[in-house]
This record gives sequence, structure tokens and C-alpha cells, in this order.
Amino acid sequence: MFDPLPRILLGLLTGFLFGFFLQKGRVSDRRVIVNQFLLRDFTVMKIMMTAILVGGAGVYAMHSAGWVQLSVKPAHLLAIFLGSLIFGPAMVFLGYCPGTAVAAAGEGKRDAWWGLLGMTLGAAVYSEFDAACTRALRAPIDLGQVTLPQLTGVPAAAWFAALALFALLFFRWLDRRAES
Amino acid sequence: MSAVNPLKRVSWSPYAAGALIGVLSWFAFLTAGRPLGISSAFVRLVAWIEGLLAPEHVAATPYLAKLKPVFDWEFFLVIGVALGALMASRLGGVRSAERPTGKRIAEAVLGGFFLMIGARIANGCTSGNGISGSLQLALSGWVFFLTIFASGVATAMLFKKEVR
Repeated sequence: MFDPLPRILLGLLTGFLFGFFLQKGRVSDRRVIVNQFLLRDFTVMKIMMTAILVGGAGVYAMHSAGWVQLSVKPAHLLAIFLGSLIFGPAMVFLGYCPGTAVAAAGEGKRDAWWGLLGMTLGAAVYSEFDAACTRALRAPIDLGQVTLPQLTGVPAAAWFAALALFALLFFRWLDRRAES
Repeated sequence: MSAVNPLKRVSWSPYAAGALIGVLSWFAFLTAGRPLGISSAFVRLVAWIEGLLAPEHVAATPYLAKLKPVFDWEFFLVIGVALGALMASRLGGVRSAERPTGKRIAEAVLGGFFLMIGARIANGCTSGNGISGSLQLALSGWVFFLTIFASGVATAMLFKKEVR
């Protein structure tokens, strides 16, 4: 029923740091999340893009060195697209995503406690329909565990360089506009 | 001016928080062989509760029965997220006393319900797909990231203008 104790402690430590960083990054505040979707506050985008660039550069470097294996989810494009179309609007109404809802609940925000109840009920209902979902939504378009470098032939380093350039220019423009 | 302990600051730059989450993902890959993710822990919670109430139903549902051990690394990661956010908020002197209205409670329960339905259909949430998938340059991660952003912006523009 339980992972071995060292692995449990590792999970707790990793989660503790994750929750700490989310809270200090202000994304356990639902106004910050809703204002991102209203394009008034780009905190969520800044955190996600920085995490993707720093995390991705390191994970790909460690992968090249043979230290870690990638863990790529399969591209069931229809299921991912439809699931995301439900997830995006739901995130606006709840005001949190799953991770930030757990963080907000941990710091005592009561609306997030209700959100966790809804999320648990959602997981219970989904578990009854997983097999049907796989047949109807995953089987039709399954490109496998594919990455953008594999799909396009453009190497990972070039993707990260392009994303970094885009993020740098876009966020610098945003931050300068906010100052003036 | 004396240096302020960064742990006691109310908030950090989003770039600092994001970079630290990026470094944390290296740590997760190196020590656990797993990327950061949240939403599947809720399925584990359901598998445990239903296992107490109706073990034969769990045994007949492969999606729940395959989750062994139920309380794994990711389950404790989610508990850690709550504890870490609690510690961060108290160190920063932040404490929420907001009492949700009945309308807000209904919105949170329904929003949470559909959030998890969407996350499970898409096989991951903002952490597992949006950050962990995108940082591995997974096609699945980027389709998720761009679609939740576009559909979320459209929803907010139509229904959420009143938020500050």
C-alpha cells in the first residue's frame, strides 16, 4: 500500500519545495490566476515559461549525459485537446489548477478546500469512464510518446533557444510597459 | 538597510519562483525518476476510499486496481505541496481569513469537478502536462498548454470581468 519510506520522504520534500515556490510565486492566489486569463497579470506565464526553460535545459542535458530517462506522455491529440477545453474554463471558475488548489488549501483558503472536494468527486466519476474514454478519445489519434524535436527534426537546443528568445522579448516588453 | 530574510518576504519574483521550480524538476527526475505532477494523486485517493467501501468494485476497475502502491511518491508530493505552501505563507506573514459565500462554494466544487475531469481526459494537469510535459518538449504537453491558455482566456473574457 505504501512506497518505501525513503521514497515517501523524497516525495514529501519535493512537494514541500514545490508548494513553497508556488506560494512565494503568488499563484496560490486565485486573483493572480484569473487575472492571467484576463491578460492583466502575466505572473502565471512568467513562472511557467521560466520553469519550462530552466527545467527543460537541465533535464535534456542530464538526458544527454545518460543520467535520467525522459517521461513523455503519449500524444493522444483528440483526448488532450478535449480535456484541455474542459480544463481551461474550469480553471477560470475554480481560480486554481490542481497544484495551486492544493497549495491554497494548505495555506488555509477555504474556497480551495471545496475545490479539492470537487476534484476528488471528479476523479471518482472519471475512473468509471476511463476505459470508454480510451476507446473513444485516445485510440483515434495516437502519435505515441513523441516530442517536438522528434516530430520536426529541429534539435532540442534550438527549441529552447527560440523559446528563450521569445520569452525574453515578450516579458521585457510587458515589464517595460508596466513601468511606464 | 539590513538584508531581509528572503523566506520572510511576502512574495518572490515570478522568474525566481519559475527557475526554482525548473531546478526542482531536475531533482525529481534525478532522485525519483519522475516528473512533477499532481492530478493522478487524486485518483489514488479515490482508489483508497473506494477500496475501503467497495473493494470488489475497485478490483473490477483496472484504472483503479492498477494503482499499487496506492500511497506512492506522487501522493506524498501532493501532501508536501500543502505543507510547503502553509510554511511559505506563514513565514511571509500571510493568512487568509476569507469566508467563501454559498455561490463561491458552488463555483469551487463544480470548477474542481470539471477541472479534474478535464485533467484526467487529457492525462495530466498544469504540472504533469503543462510544465513537466512542455519542458520535455512533449507534443502532448504543448497541445495542453496552448489549449488551456486559449480556452481559459476566452472563458475569462466572457464571464470573469469583475475580478479586480
